[in-house]
Amino acid sequence: MTDVLATKAIDPKRVLTGSSAAADHSEGMSYLETLPRRIITLYLPLMLFIFVLLFPFYWMALTAIKPNEQLLNFDTVNPFWTWSPTFQHITKLLFDSAYPQWLWNTMYVATAATVLSIVASVLAAYAIVRLRFRGGQALGAMIFLAYLVPPSILFIPLATVIFNYGLFDSPLALILVYPTILIPFSTWLLMGYFKTIPYELEECALIDGASRWQILTKIVLPLAVPGLISAFIFCFTLCWNEFIYALTFLQSVQNKTVPVAIVNEFVDGDIYRWGSLMAGALVGSLPLVILYAFFVEHYVSAMTGAVKE
Amino acid sequence: MADATLSMPRTPRAEQTAWSRLASNRHWLGYWFMLPALAILFLFLAYPLGLGVWLSFTDTRIGRAGIFIGLENYEWLQGDSIFWVSVFNTLLYTIVASIVKFGAGLYLALLLNQHLPFKAMIRAVVLIPFIVPTVLSAIAFWWIFDTQFSIISWSLKQLGLISTNIDFLGDPNNARASVIFANIWRGIPFVAITLLAGLQTVSPSLYEAATLDGATSWQRFRYITYPLLTPIIAVVMTFSVLFTFTDFQLIWAMTRGGPVNATHLMATLSYQRAILAGQLGEGAAIATAMIPFLLAAIMISWFGLQRRKWQQGSDND
Repeated sequence: MTDVLATKAIDPKRVLTGSSAAADHSEGMSYLETLPRRIITLYLPLMLFIFVLLFPFYWMALTAIKPNEQLLNFDTVNPFWTWSPTFQHITKLLFDSAYPQWLWNTMYVATAATVLSIVASVLAAYAIVRLRFRGGQALGAMIFLAYLVPPSILFIPLATVIFNYGLFDSPLALILVYPTILIPFSTWLLMGYFKTIPYELEECALIDGASRWQILTKIVLPLAVPGLISAFIFCFTLCWNEFIYALTFLQSVQNKTVPVAIVNEFVDGDIYRWGSLMAGALVGSLPLVILYAFFVEHYVSAMTGAVKE
Repeated sequence: MADATLSMPRTPRAEQTAWSRLASNRHWLGYWFMLPALAILFLFLAYPLGLGVWLSFTDTRIGRAGIFIGLENYEWLQGDSIFWVSVFNTLLYTIVASIVKFGAGLYLALLLNQHLPFKAMIRAVVLIPFIVPTVLSAIAFWWIFDTQFSIISWSLKQLGLISTNIDFLGDPNNARASVIFANIWRGIPFVAITLLAGLQTVSPSLYEAATLDGATSWQRFRYITYPLLTPIIAVVMTFSVLFTFTDFQLIWAMTRGGPVNATHLMATLSYQRAILAGQLGEGAAIATAMIPFLLAAIMISWFGLQRRKWQQGSDND
């Protein structure tokens, strides 16, 4: 009984579709419960959770497509629905503001930082797991500790460092700094994946005369593609989400990323600003939600992979 | 053919150049592979961490190098009531949000672990608050908690529960409750999905055996689920506490520390003092004051992992 946890590995697909009972029979012990009882103990609380978790997005989307005259008029129009949706906020956002530029900045910084981190993490994870060099385990532990150092205590000294390197107000600053958040996470995730690749494959390749570099690019990486996808989309999401560094290091309006721009540039005195604010938040979230919809399993495996080590 | 293979010139060990040793030796190769990651982590993480502690002992301002002034920043902070309010807020925020996130997250995980129609879709939907950037959902909460046009106030008024609008972000205590609620909302999916992953490693036969022995559902939870889940709870809660304690963006997007500094966390206060007011040394002192708390969180994680090994009945990794 003590090795239950050790023998059953976490399977991301099962996190989404299975239950602990699904392994041997489809319903588990739930047939012991009657339907009314299940409604009270299961469906009702679940509906409540889902309502609370999703309501802000519904409200965000609804506000983004409401016409201005209904936006603040709760007395004559039911605020929970609109029969006259309009795209005026979204078109204003996309054609009359620097929003496309901000979206592009965010995407550019997130992609570049993610690629940089994944390359560095693949090399580091492979070295720690398979090269077994002197001091490798200690370096692995240090990388894990780096995961526990939060941006909130680093941004002040980093601002002076960035300024001294002449990178202030440049997207390059973010591309170089974001990997400090991403590398620890993705190294640990990839270490887990590399450990599952049979060592015998590499021994065969070594005997056939392959170099370490060839082994990595031709054998290990193709087999670790699911892990790479997980690491990639999760890092991309973290970059998109990052706020404090972007707020501190970027000054000029055209260089900002979406989260910073929304907080700083949209907050004027206009009483109808809520429409464009919510449209901005909605458009800024959509790329990630779409990405998420396609790669749900990879997100889950990235999340659970990070904690199972 | 066989002769050709045999007569292939073999490089004697002594003739290996220093370069080929560096390129082929396992240990050196390891260091080469580690180099990009370590370089980035050293330049932009380890060095700034040390620099931050040093800055906290100087009177550096933006645009002016500082000189060493010892503990003066800390002495100044000791008499600063706003700093102590921010410490109180940070602790309140972390403790309340973490406990509720754990309780609600575990409850949600237990619900999701049951046999349900549309199981995969429900689980995918639950994770959405975690995917959407924090600042953007915080903006949505800012609108939901608007003083005049809050949809919550409106709904409660329609139900006849209140007569005037609730001043969510204008009153200090309401503002604290509102940001804590937003943080809990954002954190529950992470806790729930990771705990769900842990729940699925628990063998259902344990529950069946316990049920046959007459265990109630509470006993099944308390004596089967909880002990087997402890290791993953330790890790998840360490991360949750860590990220809640150092939270910045949620507060900055919703209240910017207001009203009258009532929702300042240590992170937002250090940003205000260091970047907006230009007092880098003082801001660094506030940030450095967070380190002892972070160390405490890491210690909890370490002991949690120790316990996991013990539970698995092994003493190696």
